[in-house]
Formats: sequence, C-alpha cells, structure tokens
Amino acid sequence: MFTRGLKRKCVGHEEDMEGALAGLKTVSSYSLQRQSLLDMSLVKLQLCHMLVEPNLCRSVLIANTVRQIQEEMTQDGTWRSVTPQEAGRAPLDRLVSTEILCRSAWEQEGARPAPGLGDGHVQGPVSDLCPVTSAQAPRHPQSGIWELDSPREDRGGFHKSLDQIFETLETKNPGCMEELFSDVDSPYYDLDTVLTGMVGGARPGPCEGLEGLAPATPGPSSSCKSDLGELDHVVEILVET
Amino acid sequence: MEVESDSHIHMCWQVLSARTKKWPLADIISTVEFNYSGDLLATGDKGGRVVIFQREQENKSRPHSRGEYNVYSTFQSHEPEFDYLKSLEIEEKINKIRWLPQQNAAHFLLSTNDKTIKLWKISERDKRAEGYNLKDEDGRLRDPFRITALRVPILKPMDLMVEASPRRIFANAHTYHINSISVNSDHETYLSADDLRINLWHLEITDRSFNIVDIKPANMEELTEVITAAEFHPHQCNVFVYSSSKGTIRLCDMRSSALCDRHSKFFEEPEDPSSRSFFSEIISSISDVKFSHSGRYMMSRDYLSVKVWDLNMESRPLETHQVHEYLRSKLCSLYENDCIFDKFECCWNGSDSAIMTGSYNNFFRMFDRDTRRDVTLEASRESSKPRASLKPRKVCTGGKRKKDEISVDSLDFNKKILHTAWHPADSVIAVAATNNLYIFQGKIN
Repeated sequence: MFTRGLKRKCVGHEEDMEGALAGLKTVSSYSLQRQSLLDMSLVKLQLCHMLVEPNLCRSVLIANTVRQIQEEMTQDGTWRSVTPQEAGRAPLDRLVSTEILCRSAWEQEGARPAPGLGDGHVQGPVSDLCPVTSAQAPRHPQSGIWELDSPREDRGGFHKSLDQIFETLETKNPGCMEELFSDVDSPYYDLDTVLTGMVGGARPGPCEGLEGLAPATPGPSSSCKSDLGELDHVVEILVET
Repeated sequence: MEVESDSHIHMCWQVLSARTKKWPLADIISTVEFNYSGDLLATGDKGGRVVIFQREQENKSRPHSRGEYNVYSTFQSHEPEFDYLKSLEIEEKINKIRWLPQQNAAHFLLSTNDKTIKLWKISERDKRAEGYNLKDEDGRLRDPFRITALRVPILKPMDLMVEASPRRIFANAHTYHINSISVNSDHETYLSADDLRINLWHLEITDRSFNIVDIKPANMEELTEVITAAEFHPHQCNVFVYSSSKGTIRLCDMRSSALCDRHSKFFEEPEDPSSRSFFSEIISSISDVKFSHSGRYMMSRDYLSVKVWDLNMESRPLETHQVHEYLRSKLCSLYENDCIFDKFECCWNGSDSAIMTGSYNNFFRMFDRDTRRDVTLEASRESSKPRASLKPRKVCTGGKRKKDEISVDSLDFNKKILHTAWHPADSVIAVAATNNLYIFQGKIN
C-alpha cells in the first residue's frame, strides 16, 4: 500500500509536504500513483463485510472514483500501455473474490431480490397517487449478462471488467456467475493477470477459495450458488402470481 | 466566543457498560440530541441503547450543581436482527434520535437503526396504588372466596421511576440503510430517509408510509448518487431538503406532487477546477444538512468544510467555513484508511449566530457567524479538568511548530468527533467523543 507520506498528486500540483517525491513531477510518477489508487479502490470495493450490509454510499463513491480513473486512463491511452511488469505489484492475496464479493455487496443493497420481496419484504411504502415503489423494482435477470456481449472491446479490457463487476452486482441469477467465468475473454484475464502480478494468464485469482466454483469450467458448480438460484426462481414465481 | 467548562460534566461510559453484557464496541455513541426545551439530552449508541440525561434544576442549596446533566433513563431501543432473506445481520446501532415536541407530562422520541424506527414514550411514575382487592401487595392473586370486604386502593408516593415503553414500531419500509429521520412541524408526520428513498409517515400509523422521494435508478448499474441526509423545514410543513453524495441539496415542496422526484430548488456550489482531484467528489459528499432555527438558512457539512446557504440563493453558499483544510493534502492517506468516508454532523446554536462541528483528534470547531471568529477545542479527559476552561487548540500546518500546537501528522484519526449538539436556548453543548460524552457550558468573560 502507500508508504508513509506518499500522496496522490494532480499533474502540476505543487504541494508536497513529505518531500518524498519532490523531484519526481514526471508523468510516469503520476501514472504510478494513479494505478495505485485504482488498485486500492478495487480492493476496497471487493473487501466487503460479509456479516453486515456494506455501506452503499461508500461503495458508490469508490465506484465513481474507479470510473473516473478508468475514464482518464482511457483518454490518456495509458490503459493499453500497462504491462504486467509495470503494474503488477498487488500481491495475490490482496485481490479477493472480485465478482462474487462485489456481487454480494451490491446484492445485499437490495438490488437483487424480486419485486415485492425485493424491497425487503416491504409492507410499508405505499402511495395512492404514485406507483408502489416495490412493484417498480426492475428486474434484469439476464440483461446484465447479455450486455457483456455488446461491443465494448475498444474501450479496453479494464473497462469491460469494471462493467462486468457492476453488471454482475445487479445480476439476480447466480447462474450468470458461471457464465461470467466461462466467458474466457483475454482482456479480462489480462486485467486479472496484471493486478495479481501473475504472468502467463494462469487462472484468475478471484476464484480462489470459493468452494466448488472452478473458473475454467462453466456451468453450475457451487451448491450454495445453485441453491440461491433456485430460491430466486421460486421467489420470482411466487411474486408473479 | 469563549467557552468555559465550569459546570461541565464528564460522563464516563465505562461505568454504564459494566451493567450490560455487550461488547466494548457497544458503547460508542452514535447520536446525540437535545429535546425542544434542552432539559433532556438523549444519546444512542452502537449497542442499540438509549441513555437520556436530565438537567438538574438550579438549586440554592446545591450551588455547585448548576444545571448539571444526570442520567434520567436508560433503555434498550433496538436489538440486533437477522435478515433471513439476505443472510445478513441488521445492526442495532442507533443512527438517529429525534424528539417530539412535548404535549403532556410524558416525553416522546423517535429512534432508528438501519431498518426500523421506533416511537418511545418516556414517562415518570412517582406514585403507586396500594390496597388492591384481588391481589396482595407482592402481586399474588388472592383467593376470591377469602375476600370478605372491599376497599378502595390508595395512591402512595414512591421513588421516582422513569419508564420507557415502545409505543409504535415503524418497520419494513426501507430496503436500504436509514440515515435520517425528521419530525415535521405539524407534529403529526415525520420522514425517514435511506440511501435511495424517503418515506413519509404519520406518527399514529405504522403499517403504511408514503414514498415521497425515490432516486433508485431503473438499472442499479447506473447508480452514481445516494441520499445522505434529509430534514423537514422547521416551520413550513410542506418543505423538506435532502442532500446527496455528489454535494447537492434539493429542496422539495410536497404540495407540488405526490412523488417529489423533481426538486423545487437545487443547491450546488460550482466546482473549483483548480482544486480538482480524484477525491473531489468524495470530499464534496454532504454528510449532514440542518435548517437554521429561523428557517431562513440551512447548513451543509462536507468532508472539509461547513457551508451556510440562504434558501433564496441556489447558486452558491452564503458562507463557507473551513473545518480542517490542512487535511486536503492528506486525502490519499485518508482514503486509504477510510477516514475520508467519515460522516461528520453539524449544529446551530439557538440564535443561529454560531455553528459547531467535529473533527479529528477529539477536536471540535465552533464558528461565530457574526464576528467571523472560529475556535478549535478539544474534548478529552486531559483537557477537561473540573472548573477549568477549555484552551483553544491549533493545528500546525507546516514550518515551525509553535508551543502548544499540534502538527498534522500527530493527529489521531481514530479520535473523531462525529456527533455534537447545541442546547436550543442556552450556551450548553454536548460533544460525543467515541464512547465518552462531554457537556460544556459557555460563559461570556
């Protein structure tokens, strides 16, 4: 992580209290710091408290920061130039399950469940004059995944992965998880390789430790996930009747 | 404004925690609120407990206890729950307490955790009935066949007992975490706000609420902004404001439409392009919004400053007060240790001439709007000896550190003052420093 006193600077920003990087006002220094900030932000998004619902405000702010960095990197064209040697500094254990944890985090925010039950078994919110909120809760069981196929290749592998993260966060059907991992798309795995410092495109870190979910093998794996999928399905049926 | 601590009381929470079986973390104070008269001060903590302090009447026979606050009532407001659908715990931490205006001998307050709001009635009992016909003094039922005569029960005085009982429970209306509750000036309704929605309740009705603001996007992937605070106007019962994580405040009029997704007024300060960084949005996120007592102004707290707004001017704030500008160069570290997400509250004094908010290292800041002066004070055991005046503190931002100054790098970011409250009429303030509560009284020299 950051050494003491290391601060992120805007290009051209003059102030430096510690003096650690006083002489290094070069662009590459800025890129390094920006990359570090990006790594840190992704880890923050992933490390969610699994017992209690994570703070949605915090998650949104971090996600917005990640988007900002990604946009700037895309504009700079610097994204393409990132190589594993240059950017891979995060140890493997720092990068815990990406999509799974982020998905859980955002799911717990209520994005996932079906309408009626989706707003937390709501019996409260009612407005005679405007549509009941709970019934409005849109459901995108599959669209998130199908959007993965939309043409985004030009925006860099990172952008695609970020979108994957966000889309998966919204995904209600855990079956999509397997499809996500089955989407053996090189840009995604390049990002993973880059961030985990693993050269050679070995299996991505995210899946490590997640029982039963093998990254390379699509299809239902973890019994836990398929149970959730069935529950989802049952809930959908119940609510729609 | 000089603040003395002549009659300040230092409440040590460690003593109270011994009475419960909760973890040490349960003692962290999460909300502080004076009632309308200022005679009662309620605190909520991470363990779901509410402790109410009452101001002692000034008494000639006890001159030293001029207006001290002592414990009046303690009760468990919320318990931890488990959401089986999401397999998650619901914290019992009290996020907010709001008093209702007093209408009879009893006191009423609303307390809320992340999901459920409760209306509590706090009442005193100083008499009890004796001489029941059907039961003994110890409560055992008497054999009806043995009752040969009837008597009228007599009311006898007893030691004062303060009872708290839940009168209403407003549940199952919030998918996301409740961050604010606000009692309306009509004294019949109140609002509750979570990250994405605001609901309107009637105090008598618990099984129904009206959704008045909904900013949840159709597609959660598009979520970029959440609601951070909301409050009713102190006098106009149809007006409320809510703030967002993007540094905006929207004022809504409930008369215009049932769903107040379209604001009547939109308050946002244009960004200064020269100070833009990746952290600009995070530090612009508003953590608290409060109307002035007059209803003419409102105040917003973001990470580094407090802004006072004139409700008639949406383009920029009337005043901006820097709380701890020296942290601007430390934003990256503060992002790393998550301090940048700390939510500081702010409050007005009774006459709206001064505002107060907390900072780190147990510092809190007061700004006098009339004289443009500000002061930094510290709420800690070392600096709060009985009958001693609080010394103004100063943070050294660079160069030579003067005596008694603290350098930025020595600040303790674990000692944060997030919750402060100001007596509605007097120069009395309550400051919560982690699990300690300090009450200070101000005197003019």
